[in-house]
Amino acid sequence: MNETIRELLAKLGGLPVPVTDLADDADLYAVGLSSFASVQLMLGIEEAFDLEFPDSLLNRKSFASIAAIEQTLTQILNSKEAA
Amino acid sequence: MDMQISFLDRLFDAGLLIDTGVDGLYGRSGHFEDVIAAFERLIDKVGGGDGAEAMRFPPGMNREFFEKSGYMKSFPQLAGTVHSFCGNELDHMSLLKCMEVGEEDWTAGQQATDIVLTPAACYPLYPTIARRGNLPAGGALFDLQSYCFRHEPSKDPARQQLFRMREYVCMGTESHVTDFRQLWMDRGVEMMKSVGLEVEIDIANDPFFGRAGKMLVNNQRDQNLKFELLIPITSAAKPTACMSFNYHQDSFGQKWGLNLVDGSVAHTACVGFGLERIALALFHTHGLDVKQWPEHVRSTLWG
Repeated sequence: MNETIRELLAKLGGLPVPVTDLADDADLYAVGLSSFASVQLMLGIEEAFDLEFPDSLLNRKSFASIAAIEQTLTQILNSKEAA
Repeated sequence: MDMQISFLDRLFDAGLLIDTGVDGLYGRSGHFEDVIAAFERLIDKVGGGDGAEAMRFPPGMNREFFEKSGYMKSFPQLAGTVHSFCGNELDHMSLLKCMEVGEEDWTAGQQATDIVLTPAACYPLYPTIARRGNLPAGGALFDLQSYCFRHEPSKDPARQQLFRMREYVCMGTESHVTDFRQLWMDRGVEMMKSVGLEVEIDIANDPFFGRAGKMLVNNQRDQNLKFELLIPITSAAKPTACMSFNYHQDSFGQKWGLNLVDGSVAHTACVGFGLERIALALFHTHGLDVKQWPEHVRSTLWG
């Protein structure tokens, strides 16, 4: 999952630094993730993982770091399994 | 909705707004325009000492600037583009025939011009200022007013498709532009009080399009980027935004290359007055006959 997120971030994030240089907990907004790029990333993740973010998770916090995205995805996938 | 229709009907009956047959597209009477002119003088009185550079753009803007602004990413549903007939004489004959028969859409052959209807008064400003080079030390302040277009037909007289927006736009450091925004939130409340309008200020968001827009809405609200001054017009439960106070961070600065003297990217903020909405709030609160308005309101506006 971490690898896929990193690939999508590299492709859609429009970051000025290589994604390989980023720690999992690096603040993505601080390194230049724009609001619009975070939306692109959200749509890319939905497609790659075949899931849909619930409205409650469509916020800055869910995309604040690679670790935060992983955590959000795990939460969505778990609730999908439960359902 | 009933309250909206009945207020709209009363405005038509009183002749203040003039029905054109299209929802949200209205003529205005002299009395209506008098109120707008008086309120604009009040704005001048409050903000005139700040030394803003005044500019007036027509209600259409350069399509290239519109495209670069990213408006279509966020609000494709609201945009209006200007299209014209660009054919030859033969095309003209087919056009007339098509219009006469009326079976096909005669507008299908119209071609996009270089003009797009202005969606907010400040949109033509940013590229204009960027062309001047670095901003002066101490930042910059601008005074704008324009008719703006948003494609959202409605029976609510407070939601028009072509309406006027007066704006002050501030460019500078983060603290400079956020101080400007706070100053106008305080001024806005005082101004509305002085004309007898009850207001509240609340955090707000722009009407971003689609599911992706939901995320932009949440981001905007989480970061306190937009506030609105609300006044009840056609609903007490859902009062109407008559002013908005927007902090763009450095997004317009980055997009347009607006830089400060030291070369760093400028932050920007704007405060907008919805002039028709303010006039409607006044008519709704004080009645449709301006001669009957409370004396203190009349003297503030026309004194």
